[in-house]
Amino acid sequence: MSGDHSDATIARRVRRLETLLEEKGLLTGGELDEAIDSFLAGASPANGARVVARAWTDAAFRSRLLADGTAAVRELGSMEGSYQRLRVVENTATTHNVIVCTLCSCYPLRLLGPSPSWYKSEAYRSRVVREPRAVLAEFGLELPPGTRITVWDSSAETRYMVLPRRPDGTEGMSEEELAGLVTRNALIGTAVL
Amino acid sequence: MARINDVGGVEGFGPVDTADDSEPFHADWEARVFGLMNALRAQGIFNLNEFRDAIESMPPGEYLAASYYERWFAAIRTLLERKGVIEPGELDD
Repeated sequence: MSGDHSDATIARRVRRLETLLEEKGLLTGGELDEAIDSFLAGASPANGARVVARAWTDAAFRSRLLADGTAAVRELGSMEGSYQRLRVVENTATTHNVIVCTLCSCYPLRLLGPSPSWYKSEAYRSRVVREPRAVLAEFGLELPPGTRITVWDSSAETRYMVLPRRPDGTEGMSEEELAGLVTRNALIGTAVL
Repeated sequence: MARINDVGGVEGFGPVDTADDSEPFHADWEARVFGLMNALRAQGIFNLNEFRDAIESMPPGEYLAASYYERWFAAIRTLLERKGVIEPGELDD
């Protein structure tokens, strides 16, 4: 991150641009607040958690989700942008999935909420495709040596979400309780449940 | 030729700062830049592909020195200048 000085400089320039655009009639007061608020309101890992809990409790939905993620999440009203394809990748006893965008920061925002800063960092983007096991260990996730790890590199057209394994001992839980177990990092693949 | 943003597999970026995690924006100006990008896109001043291209064609040194939303702001400036919406240097002190 930049230091305080450069932070103040860019903050001033951003304000100047806002003023300029308002003078030119390209921006109205309140328009930015609206864009920011609607982004934050519509994007949450609770949406992804709901999808996961449904997949854990409804085998037919799970099949549809893995076959066509875009259409399946639409059933639950969690729409990704219509210009993208969502592919859901499933963890099993022997395979683990993790997502990245090596080129920038593509990410299923509505399902996972705003992306964490580390997801957008050069360190994560460069290394998770080369040494995923070492990177996952930095998140405290030590996978058995026999587990096969697949890294999914997002693009402008395709976003990925991990379907984590359902934890043992959750047989009696409701769909809502199950959704409460799902964390954002489990949907990225930098954690398991 | 690969552009500077194509970092997959490149060595030397060090450990992942896993603690830099929770807040979507570190500062208010980052949220304003986010809002600006979406507002200008919605008005058709530029589209998402142009925006990505503007980030990805930043000079490598500037790209690496910039934080995430600094890149966004640089790309917005580039596109607004290219399209004649603002004058080059108009935002400088």
